Amino acid sequence: MGHNGRWMTAVLAAGVLTLAACGGGSDQGSGSGPGGLAVPKIDKLAALGAGEGSVNIVSWAGYVEDGTTGKTVDWVTPFEKDTGCQVNNKVAATSDEMVTLMKTGDYDVVSASGDASLRLIYGGDVAPVNTDLITNYKDIFDGLKNKQWNSVDGAAYGVPHGRGANVLMYRTDTVTPAPTSWGAVFDANSPYKGKITAYDSPIYIADAALYLMKTQPDLGIKNPYALDDKQFEASVALLKEQNKNIGEYWSDYTKEVQAFKSGNSVIGTSWQVIANLAKADKAPVESVLPSEGATGWSDTWMISSKAKHPNCGYQWMDYIVSPKANAQVAEWFGEAPSNKLACEQTTDKQHCTTFHADDESYFDQVWYWTTPLAQCVDGRTDVTCKDYSAWTQAWTTIKG
Amino acid sequence: MSFLHRHPRLRLAALLSAPLLWLVVAYLGALAVLLVSAFWTVNGFTGEMVRTFSLANFRTILTEQVYRNVTLRSLGVAASVTVICVLLAVPMAFFMAKVARPRSRHWLVIAILTPLWASYLVKAYAWRVLLANGGPIESVFGATPGYGLFATILVLSYLWLPYMILPIYAGLERLPDSLLEASGDLGARAGRTFRSVVLPMLIPSVFAGSIFTFSLSLGDYITVQIVGGKSQLIGNLVYANIGAANNLPFAAAIATVPVLIMVIYLVAVRRSGALEEL
Repeated sequence: MGHNGRWMTAVLAAGVLTLAACGGGSDQGSGSGPGGLAVPKIDKLAALGAGEGSVNIVSWAGYVEDGTTGKTVDWVTPFEKDTGCQVNNKVAATSDEMVTLMKTGDYDVVSASGDASLRLIYGGDVAPVNTDLITNYKDIFDGLKNKQWNSVDGAAYGVPHGRGANVLMYRTDTVTPAPTSWGAVFDANSPYKGKITAYDSPIYIADAALYLMKTQPDLGIKNPYALDDKQFEASVALLKEQNKNIGEYWSDYTKEVQAFKSGNSVIGTSWQVIANLAKADKAPVESVLPSEGATGWSDTWMISSKAKHPNCGYQWMDYIVSPKANAQVAEWFGEAPSNKLACEQTTDKQHCTTFHADDESYFDQVWYWTTPLAQCVDGRTDVTCKDYSAWTQAWTTIKG
Repeated sequence: MSFLHRHPRLRLAALLSAPLLWLVVAYLGALAVLLVSAFWTVNGFTGEMVRTFSLANFRTILTEQVYRNVTLRSLGVAASVTVICVLLAVPMAFFMAKVARPRSRHWLVIAILTPLWASYLVKAYAWRVLLANGGPIESVFGATPGYGLFATILVLSYLWLPYMILPIYAGLERLPDSLLEASGDLGARAGRTFRSVVLPMLIPSVFAGSIFTFSLSLGDYITVQIVGGKSQLIGNLVYANIGAANNLPFAAAIATVPVLIMVIYLVAVRRSGALEEL
């Protein structure tokens, strides 16, 4: 036995050494990053060809609906009929998951939020988009084109999909009076102790930072994604305090719907689509945009640099921002559409007004998810900000 | 055929090459990759792996309080699950092996095994519904423990109980009835017989079962996500670092913690001779 054991150890050690040697060799390939922001050179598609018969999508829940959720909630079937591209959709729960999934190279297009898009661009995981091939691109609000999160040096890396704010959702039967401030989830003496929920992702730290930005001006937070040491510590401390009152963290939206329906969660951050689903499930919930404003998202359809179905991918990106489809998604998900003409296609004619589709001053109050970098994204140069890996590690600490 | 017959070494090589290849490449190889990548780091922005040797991951795990807490919590859960499973499994297995009639024994074994046919996820979500506010448990008992560590221990005990019952049952079946009769003839009551005759012979079986319940609980991350409320265990940290943070090296470093715990546990168990019971 002792003899065999030694033999195994030798094999294991040999394997380790071989791998270590291999690892050392392929080191030179990576070099881009916040230090010397160099974008990998990737060509955009020159011309559209015939569809490949299928397209693999990574999306947020509610973005790619084929009628399985509800008979009327279906914009995938017409696309499949028209183009012959079979849609295979994978719902991701967080931006981090999207980045991880796109790195596998198994997916063609992704609905990336601002805290994923730049990481995908600089990681060489997505290709620039030839907007001439997207016929609906011309109808997209100018306020969404060529933004810091979807373009680099004037080159578009995606097609804007829509935008919105993370809302505060609560059960109307237990939470009275109706909350108007994020203070409801950060109050240490909350009457809803043990029934508060929060989004299970490091990016949620920005929600605490936003609250502190409005309630503790002396911290000097100007942008919830640009936090120096002191501001970061304060935000993390607030979340650690909040942890005592949390019932559970959610990232799986079905879990969130069920928790609100059974009353295990009664108040917490949410998406409008989750509120819609919970209401459809007969849960007594409402959602509100608190007075402090909110974190939010501005999503972009991007195409993988390793796409196996680029033509179907382009057809999807074009279709999903077409007036009719864009209106359907926007209404179902509860966000502002990106296509001007979508406002005429919504069932609720007030939809674009309700969600402030072309109201830039409203969206000035919404802090789109952005990847925190060591170089502060608010422009400060005298301090170093906490980067996303620090946020990730802190998130583990917050949950304890 | 006669060629192989005349070359016994070749015969052995042909027979063992596939399983050995599997063991070395897929099994030990994966562990080796895990160990090596634990020493790498990740570019925080693009998520590209930086393949240079660094002890940073292990330093973080050893110095940050939270990783110690999570490790202790996971150990506590795994130990509690194991203890609960032993307490439930010993009388159950004893009944099956020594009390029940031989004909019903088979049915009892099948009854123990049937829950294993259902998907793990289905069972965990079923417990989420059972434990919910206003769920079946509350309407029957008037209160529910809700989601949290207690619920996690409860559900894990439910999930892994068959893995404890079966080795103990196998151990008891090998225990000759004549030993129990001899003990009774010498004047020992049931309790004394159990303590002095059954238990010493059962210890290796219990250890064998505990390897399953302990290691399965130590690595679990799905049950705790479904019914664990806000608690996180080692498995969740590994999952969060791969699935969410895309920090494979750090996940690998965390994953060495349960590996280490299990190696220590296995060495301890081996001394009891329980490995022969598997």
